[in-house]
This record gives sequence, structure tokens and C-alpha cells, in this order.
Amino acid sequence: MTESTGTLARIGRISGVVVLVVAAMIALGPLLWTVTTSLRTPAEAFSNPPQWIPLHPDFSNYAAVFDRIPIGRFFFNSVVVTGLIVIGQTITCTLSGYAFAMISFPGRSVIFGIFLATMMVPLQTIIIPVFVIIRYLGLSDSPLSLVVSALGSAFGTFLMRQYFMQMPRELGEAARIDGAGHFQTFLMIYAKMAGPAIATLAILNFSGFWAEFYRPLIFLQSQDNFTLPLGLVGLQGNLGTGSISVVLAGVVLAILPSVLLFIVAQRYFIAGITAGASR
Amino acid sequence: MAAVTAEIREAVVKRRGHPSSHGEARFGFAMIGLSVLFVAVFTAIPIVASLGLSFFSWDVISTPEYVGLKNYQRLFTDGPVLKSFGVTLGMALAIVVLQLTIGLGLAVLVNQRKLVWVRTLFRTTFYLPLLASTAAVSIFMGYLFDYKFGVVNYYLSLLGIPNVPWLTSGFGAAATIVLIAVWQQIGFTFVLFVASLMSVPTDVLEAAQIDGAGAMRTLFRIKIPLISPTILFAAVVALINAMQLFDQPYIMTKGGPGSATTTVTISMYQKGFQNLEFGYGSAIAIVLLAAILVITGLQFLAARKLVFYQ
Repeated sequence: MTESTGTLARIGRISGVVVLVVAAMIALGPLLWTVTTSLRTPAEAFSNPPQWIPLHPDFSNYAAVFDRIPIGRFFFNSVVVTGLIVIGQTITCTLSGYAFAMISFPGRSVIFGIFLATMMVPLQTIIIPVFVIIRYLGLSDSPLSLVVSALGSAFGTFLMRQYFMQMPRELGEAARIDGAGHFQTFLMIYAKMAGPAIATLAILNFSGFWAEFYRPLIFLQSQDNFTLPLGLVGLQGNLGTGSISVVLAGVVLAILPSVLLFIVAQRYFIAGITAGASR
Repeated sequence: MAAVTAEIREAVVKRRGHPSSHGEARFGFAMIGLSVLFVAVFTAIPIVASLGLSFFSWDVISTPEYVGLKNYQRLFTDGPVLKSFGVTLGMALAIVVLQLTIGLGLAVLVNQRKLVWVRTLFRTTFYLPLLASTAAVSIFMGYLFDYKFGVVNYYLSLLGIPNVPWLTSGFGAAATIVLIAVWQQIGFTFVLFVASLMSVPTDVLEAAQIDGAGAMRTLFRIKIPLISPTILFAAVVALINAMQLFDQPYIMTKGGPGSATTTVTISMYQKGFQNLEFGYGSAIAIVLLAAILVITGLQFLAARKLVFYQ
């Protein structure tokens, strides 16, 4: 009896490990193939079996990407757009999150309620009016259109508010008694303690906007203004199936910054996912 | 402690009659100013404008013309657009169900691992696909699932399975895009579920073990009920995202073959931004929004019976 349940438990444990390993291979396989194929010559790129270990890595595809498309330009656009959104939202959301958490002013709960309600509405269902507003502002076909329309965030405000709510009010009161002004209290005491929440918001915004495809597709027309994801899809369209290893080299270059950031700031990526669940 | 201090503060404030409340209110308005401006202009006003535009016929250039409910009447007799709602609903449900079950299964298995570095290793592995953009994923998956040269069909051929038309048949394309979306998004549900499984109190699990409950019984009777609020959250977020599915079908199949993967957002893009029918596009957007709200509402209704709140 104990013998058989012991065996059963062992079979259960081992099959659990097998399932995990197979799942990990499925998760990694396509990414590994992308990297190794970007290191094969264009002629071999589509020849099967794929080369899982690049024995003779060929880096010419990476040079070729720069010749075929203005990928440097796409990179620059992506860095500027993502950077400005990350900085901008950090400012707007920290300020408003603090006010909603710590300051009492008339209409606070009504305004915050409206913020929460807008959080439920997906971007795609309001994209037409947003596009029209961008046009009226004279920002059509400008990377700045992507920045300006993303500077405010109800979710970011909510995230920062949650964090400030956990902070002790006594600190601020003590500072006020010592003669610090409202803004000074915010900046010198509370904003300094909000580091982890700011990092989480910044990482969330980086990963979201660096990868964004939908708004760039609608807002931008000229190739010079494209961000990386949009530019890569254009590259794939132009090259067809001719030199997929060149396209894949571009894909690897586009993913690399996210992977590097993930390596140094993994816990903020994870915090970004679980942050929403506390809603 | 904090509550007591707050009470005292309240009492002090009452007696003194808000000495600095005027300045404080002004400070509060100044602090929310930027956020209110941007959220108003680029989210709140567009919600109202989207609804408003749906009663007009407008091509961006000429003057908008009020047409009442005509856009909606047209929508409910527009076969291809109606079909795109069906396509979206089917693909979204498949994505959510797979994402939740596979994510939960993997989370339970990883949670059983005792070594911290093993758990971290798997967490990193399942998170990696999320780091790539949907555009990047659509590009390399398009190559992997290629009918003639794709790696997937190559390995299947080694097993004696004839080439599968992954992206070149109607059902195949929809199913393949579902699988690709699940592949990329699995890290989201996985990370959420691992985090909430970790928070299940160990004394409860120990008590169950002492009472002789097996692994399966513990999973379905204790762990899943205890993390059910997280499951509800994951289901709601995953569904709202899946209902907006656009990038993968747009890049990999352009909504085809035929209209097999033309989702609502692709229909809306075609009508709004390719045909410049902004009024009609807005009507589609509003119906999509209504559909999302109704489905989310149904999820919360179902949750009243299924979700266990401590």
C-alpha cells in the first residue's frame, strides 16, 4: 500500500518535471531559432533542419540590416518616443497619485472616479477621436504624436496613489510643522520614498511603448518617422522571403534592449504584472 | 495606531476649522493638473467623441453629416463586420481559456519546486516571450509556421505528418494565431498565479496534509478557491486584451485567408483608416466597447458564485 502510493507520487513528480521542461523548450525554442537563424547566411536561413547551435556564426546579417533599412533611425525614434513617455508619465502620475492619496481638495473622489472609469476603456475603441485630435494639433505623422497622447495615464495615477496611500502621514505632518511647504514635503519626503513604485511604472511603460505597433501604424506615414516594430514589419514586407536572416537580425536588435533591461530589473517587471491585481 | 492618529488629527482639524485647507486645495489641483489635462484630452473626451461620431457620417475632410442611427443599422446588416465579431469572440475565448489553464497548470507545477533558483529559472523562461513585441513575434512565428519551409512542418514531416496549412487555411490561421498569442502571453497569467499561490498560508496546506488530502484534492479544494480572486482578475484582463486582437492577424495574415482572421479591430481599421469612414468606424468601436463591458460584467456575475473572498 505505502509502496504503491510512494511509486505513484514519484511518477507524479517526475511527469510534473517533464511537463515543465517541455513547456520551457516550447517557450524558448522560437526565440532561440530566431537568434541562431539571424547568424546563418541568407542562403542557408530557410534550410532545414535548423541549426540550434551556431557553429559558424555569420554576423553579416547585422550589417545588412543597416544597409537595407534606416534601422538606426528607427532605433533613435523608438528611444526618443519611449524615453519621453517614461519620463513624462513618471512626472504626471507621481504628482497626481500623490495628490489623490494625500491631499484633500473638493471633488477629489469624483475626479478620481472618472479616472478609474477611463481605465476600463481600451485604447482601440477611442483611437479615431484621438487620431482626429492629433491632426488638429498638427502632429500627424510625427513621432511626437505618440508621446503627447500618452503623457497622462489613469492606471499610472492609480498605481502611484496606491503606493502613497501606504506611507505614514505623520512624516509629512512633522515636516509641515517644521515649516516645509506642500511641494517641499512632497518632493523631499514622499517622492524620495516612492522609488520602487516609480521603477515599476517606468518599466511597465518602457515594455509597453517600446513594443507598441498599433498607434505608430495609425499615426505615422513616412518611413523616417517609424519606430522599430513598425519599421521591422515594413522590412519584412519589402524583403519577402528572400533574406529572412536579415529580417531576423533586425528582430533580435529590437528585442535586445528589453532583454538587457529585464536582466537588471527583473523584479520590477514582475511587480508590474502583479501591481494590477491589487485593484 | 495610524487610525488613532488620524482621529486625533480629524478632531484637531475640526476644532481649528481647516486652517490651511484653502492652500491645500489649491496645491491639490495644481498637482493633478497635468494628469487631468492629458487624461481628459486623450481618453475622457475621446470616449464621448467616439460615441458622438458614431451618429455622423464623416470622411475627415468634408463637414460631418448627422445620420442618426444609420451607422448602427448598417453595422447590424453588414455581414463581414458581423462575422468579425464572431471571429474575435471565438479567438478571444480560446486564448483566455488556454492562457488561464496552461498558466495555472505551469504555476502549480513550478510552485511545487522547493529550490528557489529553479523557480526563478522557470519564471524567467516563461516571461521571456513577453519581452518581444507582438510585431517581432508575428514576424518570426510567420517564418516558423511557413507551409513549405517552416521549421514546425519540417519536424512534423520527420514524424510522417504531411505539411499542415498553419496560416494558409481559414481554421488553421485562426488556431495558429490563438496559439501564438497564448505562447507570448502565458508569462502574464503564470507570474500572477505563482505569486498568489505563494501567498496561500502554509498552515492551511499542512492541515490538509494531516487530514490526508491528496495533491489533487488540495489543489481543487484549497489552492484554487484561495487564489480565485486572482484567477478572476487574470480572466478579465486577458479577455479585454484578447478582444482587441490586432497586431498578429494584421501582420501575419492581413485578416485572411478570406476573412478567417479579420478581427473587429481589423474591420474597424479598414473602415475607419483605409476607407476613411470615421463615423462608421466609431460605431464599430462603440459596439466593441459595449461587447467588452457586457462580457466583463458576465465574468463578475459568474464570479459571485465561483470566487471565494476571504
